[in-house]
Amino acid sequence: MDVPPLLEVADLRLTYRTSRGPVRAVDGVGFDLRRGEAMVVLGESGCGKSSLAKALLRLLPRNAEGLGGQVRLAGEDVLALPEERFRAEVRWTRIALVMQAAMSALNPVVRVGEQVAEPLRVHRGWSRVQAMEQAARTFALVGVASDFLQRYPFELSGGMRQRVVLAMALVTEPEVVILDEPTSALDVLTQAGIMNVLKRIKAELGTSFILITHDVATSSELADRVALMYAGQFVEVADAADFFAHPAHPYARLLMASVPRLHQAERPVHIPGQPPSLLAPPAGCRFAARCPQRFARCDQDPEVFASGARHRVRCWLHADTVGCGEERTASRTLRPGGEGR
Amino acid sequence: MSDAPLLEVRDLRTWFELRQWGFLRVGSVRAVDGVSFELARGEAVAFVGESGCGKSSLARTLLGLHRPSGGEVVFEGQDVAGLAGAALKRYRARVGYVQQDPYGALPPFMNVRRLLAEPLIVHGVMDRAERERRIRAVLEEVRLAPEEVLHKFPHMLSGGQQQRVVIARALILAPHLIIADEPVSMLDASVRVEILSLLRQIQRERELTLAFITHDLATVRHFAERLFVMYAGRIVEQAPVDELLDHPLHPYTQALLAAIADPDADNASRQREIPPGEPPSLVKPPAGCRFHPRCPHAIAGHCDRDEPPMLAPRPGHGVACWLHE
Ligand SMILES: Nc1ncnc2c1ncn2[C@@H]1O[C@H](COP(=O)(O)OP(=O)(O)OP(=O)(O)O)[C@@H](O)[C@H]1O
Ligand SMILES: Nc1ncnc2c1ncn2[C@@H]1O[C@H](COP(=O)(O)OP(=O)(O)O)[C@@H](O)[C@H]1O
Ligand code: SF4
Ligand code: SF4
Ligand SMILES: [Mg+2]
Ligand SMILES: [Mg+2]
Repeated sequence: MDVPPLLEVADLRLTYRTSRGPVRAVDGVGFDLRRGEAMVVLGESGCGKSSLAKALLRLLPRNAEGLGGQVRLAGEDVLALPEERFRAEVRWTRIALVMQAAMSALNPVVRVGEQVAEPLRVHRGWSRVQAMEQAARTFALVGVASDFLQRYPFELSGGMRQRVVLAMALVTEPEVVILDEPTSALDVLTQAGIMNVLKRIKAELGTSFILITHDVATSSELADRVALMYAGQFVEVADAADFFAHPAHPYARLLMASVPRLHQAERPVHIPGQPPSLLAPPAGCRFAARCPQRFARCDQDPEVFASGARHRVRCWLHADTVGCGEERTASRTLRPGGEGR
Repeated sequence: MSDAPLLEVRDLRTWFELRQWGFLRVGSVRAVDGVSFELARGEAVAFVGESGCGKSSLARTLLGLHRPSGGEVVFEGQDVAGLAGAALKRYRARVGYVQQDPYGALPPFMNVRRLLAEPLIVHGVMDRAERERRIRAVLEEVRLAPEEVLHKFPHMLSGGQQQRVVIARALILAPHLIIADEPVSMLDASVRVEILSLLRQIQRERELTLAFITHDLATVRHFAERLFVMYAGRIVEQAPVDELLDHPLHPYTQALLAAIADPDADNASRQREIPPGEPPSLVKPPAGCRFHPRCPHAIAGHCDRDEPPMLAPRPGHGVACWLHE
């Protein structure tokens, strides 16, 4: 239990300035991720998943402000690094991101091999030959034949393009790879093929993954850990086995009941209502308007409670489940660690 | 109401010519290649298959947006290929279309009122008050509050609301058949079930025929009565939905079902069995059974030579595979 986590995130915040006021897209997010572990971030459209990814990589649009909190990578707070050092030492080389819809953003007039080799030449200063050799190795890793190095994006199927985009993120052998909705646009067989590749890379290279998706069933293909996001905050973080079998937060329970299953006779239910605006989130619990278990206390902002080792829930219903005195003073954000302290 | 099918499709082909430098014919993409089926009045069916297997091309041919290269589409007893002028216009009003991408389906410069008035005007509803009445009625049918959305432009609506507007537009001319091409694949998982339930409910209330195209085998049981599985431009298996999901007979259907995950933490520790390779080229499809290069049960010398016909090894269950001869 003494292995320090690879990535420790605490109280991460990101706000966008808009003409109608600040949008708090990431509002006090915390978690930890171990080496070789995959954490899935689940949540409805607009809850802040992509913004979280951008915050971790410090890839911010112009109207972003108030990026704050801590992001410790192997113990070092990389959020505090000056931009030049972050660019040189962290972004793409130690933490890489496959952006949402990246496969449609491939440069149509450059051969895909060159595009995969590019990060090595730009960020590592490798020679063309060296970089192409590494690109070929990475193609093999993601299951693309090496003669595809010479092809253009339009000559590839959707599944192959997604593998190329994955190769682009893996070519620098980063420790953490963030994938934003990598398979949402693909059909079941292609999707299963990509998930197989990710599982193999995780097992063979010990890469840590953060997989962002709104598809619960697909998320279970990779997840060791699950984080459920709602209106800019994590409302539950748990081991995948716990989360899928015994979701604790009322939103998590509704979400699991809404997942269609192949051999289930009853029609899945849908979660009534809509998430709140991040422009002016309601006081108290942000899920209250849709929560079937709401009670008087929910008018106050719920604290984060520990309902087991490495299991955190932001909901008043779990106020009694706290095991030890130290965790009773649970912070207002999901802080990393816990059981080892 | 007669027992004659609403729609009969016989040996339908939709081929797209491939040309080099704009004129030299170098082959054809056989997007739909010998498809036959019938739809009864008031039934809901689904078509499933991988990307590029020809589902959208089939839908667009049925809608009269592509001219068939061969075969017949007979709707309410009339051959659609022969329709022109007023008859074609009437046919288009009888068949509603919910398109794959709600974000691209709605013209950005029209508000919801204008969007829904358009088909009414085109089809000769000239009385303004009558149009307004029908627009409000159809919005309520798709559970949108008219006052809230009538003046809004598409970008002001969420994906789910946009898709409801697309459905309202498909319904407003009181069609007998709705073709919905992946009506929810672009939407968030959390609103998919809601939209599919809505479509199914309207289909039952209006007793219309619903044909929807989907990748999503996990929801299909709840929203369709019969299922067609397509592979490389052809239907390879068809049966009532419970029968097909519980007793899949075609090796391709079996592969599709095996690729679907129910949420389970154990999934992460095992590789999923998927057929090797990719769907074949539709320009030069493989001889014999089109699935043979990827099929674990292929019979050498037979499957790679002879095209399997649609066989019926179980009542009401058709499968195009030599294993079931
Ligand atoms: N207008 C066209 N001209 C040439 N080829 C076309 C045309 N429309 C479709 N095709 C080709 O026909 C084949 C079937 O396409 P179609 O869009 O019908 O498949 P699909 O099953 O709907 O796929 P997806 O799920 O990705 O939308 C593809 O190879 C496609 O590239
Ligand atoms: N550049 C931006 N300016 C203003 N608001 C933004 C910007 N990018 C995202 N948002 C808003 O931030 C919230 C979270 O967005 P995003 O992270 O993209 O969500 P997701 O990926 O979960 O769909 C949404 O309300 C979205 O509208
Ligand atoms: S804090 Fe209250 S309203 Fe919020 S999820 Fe828990 S029970 Fe529901
Ligand atoms: S006909 Fe032969 S190749 Fe085709 S699916 Fe059946 S067994 Fe496989
Ligand atoms: Mg996103
Ligand atoms: Mg399509």
